[in-house]
Amino acid sequence: MIYFDNSATTKPHREVIDEVVLCMEKYFGNPSSAHRLGIEAEKKMKIARENVAMLINAQANEIVFTSGGSEANNTAIKGIIKNGDHVITSKIEHPSVLRALKELEVEGVEVTYLDVDSRGVLNIDQLKNSIKDNTKLVTIMHVNNEIGSIQPIEEIIKIVRNKNKKTRVHVDAVQSAGKIKIDVKKLDVDLMSISAHKIHGPKGVGALYIKKGVNIRPLISGGGQERDIRSGTENLPMISAFGVAANIISDNIEQKIEHVNNIKKHFMNRLSEIEDVRINSPIDDVHIGNILNVSFKDIKGEVLLHALEDYEIYVSTGSACSAKKSSHKNYVLPAIGLNDCYISGAIRFSFSYLNTIDEVDKTIEALKNILKFLRRIKK
Amino acid sequence: MKKLLVKYASEISLKGLNRKTFEDLLVKNIKERIGKNYKITKDLGRLFIDDYNDEMLNKITKIFGVQSVAVADVIEKDIKSIGDAAVLQLKELNVKTFKVESKRADKSFHLNSLEISKQVGGYILKNISGIKVDVHNPEIVVNVEIRENAYVYSKEHKGVMGMPYKSAGKGVLLLSGGIDSPVAGYMMAKRGLEIICVYYHSHPYTSERAKEKVIDLAKKLSEYTGRIKLYVVPFTKIQMEIIEKCREDELTIIMRRFMAKIAEEIAIKEGGLCIVTGESLGQVASQTLESMFVTTNGIGMPIFRPLVGMDKVDIMDISRQIGTYDISILPYEDCCTIFVPKHPKTKPRLNDIEASEKALNKEELINDAIENSEIINI
Repeated sequence: MIYFDNSATTKPHREVIDEVVLCMEKYFGNPSSAHRLGIEAEKKMKIARENVAMLINAQANEIVFTSGGSEANNTAIKGIIKNGDHVITSKIEHPSVLRALKELEVEGVEVTYLDVDSRGVLNIDQLKNSIKDNTKLVTIMHVNNEIGSIQPIEEIIKIVRNKNKKTRVHVDAVQSAGKIKIDVKKLDVDLMSISAHKIHGPKGVGALYIKKGVNIRPLISGGGQERDIRSGTENLPMISAFGVAANIISDNIEQKIEHVNNIKKHFMNRLSEIEDVRINSPIDDVHIGNILNVSFKDIKGEVLLHALEDYEIYVSTGSACSAKKSSHKNYVLPAIGLNDCYISGAIRFSFSYLNTIDEVDKTIEALKNILKFLRRIKK
Repeated sequence: MKKLLVKYASEISLKGLNRKTFEDLLVKNIKERIGKNYKITKDLGRLFIDDYNDEMLNKITKIFGVQSVAVADVIEKDIKSIGDAAVLQLKELNVKTFKVESKRADKSFHLNSLEISKQVGGYILKNISGIKVDVHNPEIVVNVEIRENAYVYSKEHKGVMGMPYKSAGKGVLLLSGGIDSPVAGYMMAKRGLEIICVYYHSHPYTSERAKEKVIDLAKKLSEYTGRIKLYVVPFTKIQMEIIEKCREDELTIIMRRFMAKIAEEIAIKEGGLCIVTGESLGQVASQTLESMFVTTNGIGMPIFRPLVGMDKVDIMDISRQIGTYDISILPYEDCCTIFVPKHPKTKPRLNDIEASEKALNKEELINDAIENSEIINI
């Protein structure tokens, strides 16, 4: 099996799975309980919080655990914005940001959606001109999940700070944490979302970094866990496993990043052997190494996906096939100005440091075979 | 005591000498659905089931040939008992207006139907304060039937009507996963036709989810028909051969000719006498009159297209009603959408198509596909 769908999710490490089991067997106490079992569970929570904080150079008490990236994004947005506020975002954000904002728009929140260029990078001038007195929040993803474009968040934050001291900046780092070195202190970011299952951790757990001094309203109220920002009994097995995954990915992170970059470089070199291919996420400083979005002209992405699946190679399509529902339509590829004949044939290969060069070669051979076959129809 | 009272479609009652055959089949179909151990008795256009529960009632409303199902009180043949039962039922339903309709199957009963209605109506008015009779537009009709016992029932649950399933022979339904074909299958099954489903699967180019979707659609149909057989026919090899050896703009039409032929072969194998499709005239390129003519030329059995004269919106209405719509709209590619010529022929000519097909070993491809079919019993 060759797994090239690491932006969708990653395979949990053995250590991660063992940690889940250990916590379920041994540390099953409620961290809020006053007895020994509760205290042991709480200690585990503390270690996990430190491990996750370390991934983005935050303080442990700035980390709030959530059920994942989507909840972290929703908490950041809905916990900051009130009616009459103004928000700035981009047109290519994850649905958990765009849909949350669409809901708020109905209730009277004003939203500015920034354009992106053909590389998928947002327009800095447009951002500058959009910041107003009542701009409460700028929410921007660090790395786009479809094409892998990297937003200049450092520059974005500087611009925001210069124009409006009261504006908060939220960065959705679900696709970048563990793949790019992130330092929340250096960035001076207010809020950041991360997710465990994108770094070989378990699904159903993520975190929201909230800078000290930033006040936020809870999305889920109740027993007051997670500093009153996210109530509900802590999901210790998953949280603790998240900590383990964060630890593993932080170890030798530069080497891991370099390895993934080499995989992508090699993949692109080999793609030049195939005709009528358009690379939608090239190698340059605005694209991340682990995402390679490629269009094969006149080939349906879904057909190619299943054909690769027959070789036990797993990838994603760039668009949800023949979906008539606008909610399933790909909006990222049109936003970078991609032509229809390329959109329907878009395939996303996303790598992890666990992938190998040999897997790339096997995939290229499979692609050649499949395309030779499929392109016969276009005589 | 309470019993389930099932009225069957009046069409069955008009069957003259064959009526018993239809009734027996309906009883058999009901037993198949609710369990063989239940006792079902027939009595002049009615079926009575002794034990019942809500789940059973719902199941029976979906059986073809059933006009309505109601829970009836079975009581002594005297006006007071009948009146008491009616009063209890009306109090439970909490209505303001009613009327009584009576049927006297037992002619030895001392009152005729009009008199029964009148007396029972009077009894109800006396015993429920504030309730009124409304003969034109009552909220509820209280039915009284005098047979070997008296039966009183008021809330009737509408059935799907139609003819008993399997009363009209057997046919093969081309089930694609779209909106139309399940509706076509439903409509023919409703006329009593036993349905064998056939789905053409293009592994690996179509998703396993597309196949799951078709299985789900067949399951939904089986709520009306009972057990249903689904053939999953491997279609990739045929498509590839056509792509390789025929003109691109003829791909769809030749593909469909294969589908029709394979369906006919499966029908023969299964003892069926017809093919059912969800085609609607002019809806897409392959459903123009010219395409239909070419597609089914050379097929020896009747091809039923119950939707041929219907608009898409009407078809969608039925699919919502029967519960297939939400399954059908799941967005997976199927064998007809993965390889689509840029400009499919809308007016194919039989001679051209037959000439193109000469490049293919049709018989071998067809036999191969049928032999390698997966049969799923649903």
